[in-house]
Amino acid sequence: MTGTILISVYVFVLAMFVGFEVITKVPPTLHTPLMSGSNAISGISIVGALVIAGMGQGTLFDIIGMVAVIAATLNVVGGFMVTDRMLQMFRRDTDTN
Amino acid sequence: METRVLIMQLAYLVSAVLFITGLKRLSHPDTARGGNRLAAIGMLLAIVATLVGEQILTWQWIIGGLLIGTVVGGFMARYVKMTAMPQMVGLFNGFGGLASGLVAAAEFLRYSMGVAGTSEVPVDASISIMLGTLIGAVTFSGSLVAFGKLQGIVTEKAVRYPAQQFLNAVLFLGILAAMAYLVVMTPDAIAASDTGTLNIIYYALWGAAMLLGVLLVIPIGGADMPVVVSLLNSYSGLAASAAGFVLNNNVLIISGALVGASGLILTRIMCKAMNRSLANVIFGSFGQVAGKELIKGEKRTMADVNDVQADDVAMLLAYAKQVVIVPGYGLAVAQAQHKLRELCDNLESRGVNVKYVVHPVAGRMPGHMNVLLAEANVPYNQLYEPEDVNPDIANVDACLVVGANDVVNPAARDEPASDLYGMPIIEVDRAKHTVVMKRSLNPGFAGLDNELFYLRNTMMLFGDAADSIGRILEELKQL
Repeated sequence: MTGTILISVYVFVLAMFVGFEVITKVPPTLHTPLMSGSNAISGISIVGALVIAGMGQGTLFDIIGMVAVIAATLNVVGGFMVTDRMLQMFRRDTDTN
Repeated sequence: METRVLIMQLAYLVSAVLFITGLKRLSHPDTARGGNRLAAIGMLLAIVATLVGEQILTWQWIIGGLLIGTVVGGFMARYVKMTAMPQMVGLFNGFGGLASGLVAAAEFLRYSMGVAGTSEVPVDASISIMLGTLIGAVTFSGSLVAFGKLQGIVTEKAVRYPAQQFLNAVLFLGILAAMAYLVVMTPDAIAASDTGTLNIIYYALWGAAMLLGVLLVIPIGGADMPVVVSLLNSYSGLAASAAGFVLNNNVLIISGALVGASGLILTRIMCKAMNRSLANVIFGSFGQVAGKELIKGEKRTMADVNDVQADDVAMLLAYAKQVVIVPGYGLAVAQAQHKLRELCDNLESRGVNVKYVVHPVAGRMPGHMNVLLAEANVPYNQLYEPEDVNPDIANVDACLVVGANDVVNPAARDEPASDLYGMPIIEVDRAKHTVVMKRSLNPGFAGLDNELFYLRNTMMLFGDAADSIGRILEELKQL
């Protein structure tokens, strides 16, 4: 096992712990926006997709890259927008009247 | 390290920090919207950093992909109905999984087609590619099936056949064998420039992994969908992490791990709310026995039911001190949230104290009912969890159960033989009076009869929830 992959495993495990710590505190009321928001974050694969679509290595890679960019962009844009749409509906009692 | 690459890596670090801060702010309704924006800014930063820092040779596919994805995703996000949120999140999960899987696929083909220009394929890179492919493909096809089930395109019922677990296990072992073969054989095959078989096996791996995704989700019934959507959410994160291992990119690994953790936590909460283990959800056959008999002996009929009219309910509610509303998915189906809120406003103007009690599995995904009520302008501080209300429920004058069934079934507390036994419920049977609004005596999602409907202090108001609430409201206005 090379050193790089070992560091990657470290980063992964520590980030999981950060995730558990941060997300355990989210109240049930916000579970759906949490899910759609975190779902948008998982669209971070767009970073990899952009590189494939831009490397100019022939039709096969162009197609794979473009499909990946479309899928990831859909995930990112749709996810953040719908989360925003939901969150703007949440309001307290005192906001009315 | 080149300056350009260094700047890109630092920008990725800022993105990761923005994601974590954004998720942290999601933990309170007042800061949640800002948190979501922070995360979106982090994503934009990561995209711009990649486009600037990486060597982009062809722009047309990138621009085309970004445009199509933005238009379609934006359109869906803008126009989706709140009731359809679970299937849309499911679909987006699937797209995330697909993108991650394709990143792994491109990396494999780069090696096998000689684009990488080397036969030196490190074992850790190969393993990452295989894992990324497996998780990405399973997430993609599994999410599509979940979407189909929630949308009603695929049957909501659990699809089961003989030796199901055995066949899945065989398929899974086959996939592991193909992955191991590819990891071991790739470097030699590239060195010998004989990668035809290799590519065919890799494509077959994609097919098998997608089939596995379908087979894992298809036996899960409609009632368990909140668990499945949460689990697939977690997978989509792990798929992104796997893609991060493939590309040696920390921002992917970190973001994926955050989402993976979030999905796992929600999965655990959902399982707890149904008092079932994850294994039981995935492999069990819950509530699939059609037409189950009442546990306490004889079959009940309409004659055993205390069937009331809207004016009786209006009287009861108008003179109550404390009213508890138990909304279920049936409320959303009838699109009666807005009418219900009007009813509650009327009661509050009479000095009645109204609380909404939302069971964690009241909708089709975690927190779904809260969003539906927020859409109907119900303030979030009026929403309570079952454990907030149960201890004092005997002092509640009237409980109004709208379109909920299994989450108020006393069998979950009293009948060890019941499939529901042990699931936390809202104990409306202990309140002074309970009104159940329902179309008919049909059993709920779990397919079990409900003793609550036949209790002395339970009143049944039959009909469409929206109509019934409208009629109660009319009667209230005349009181």
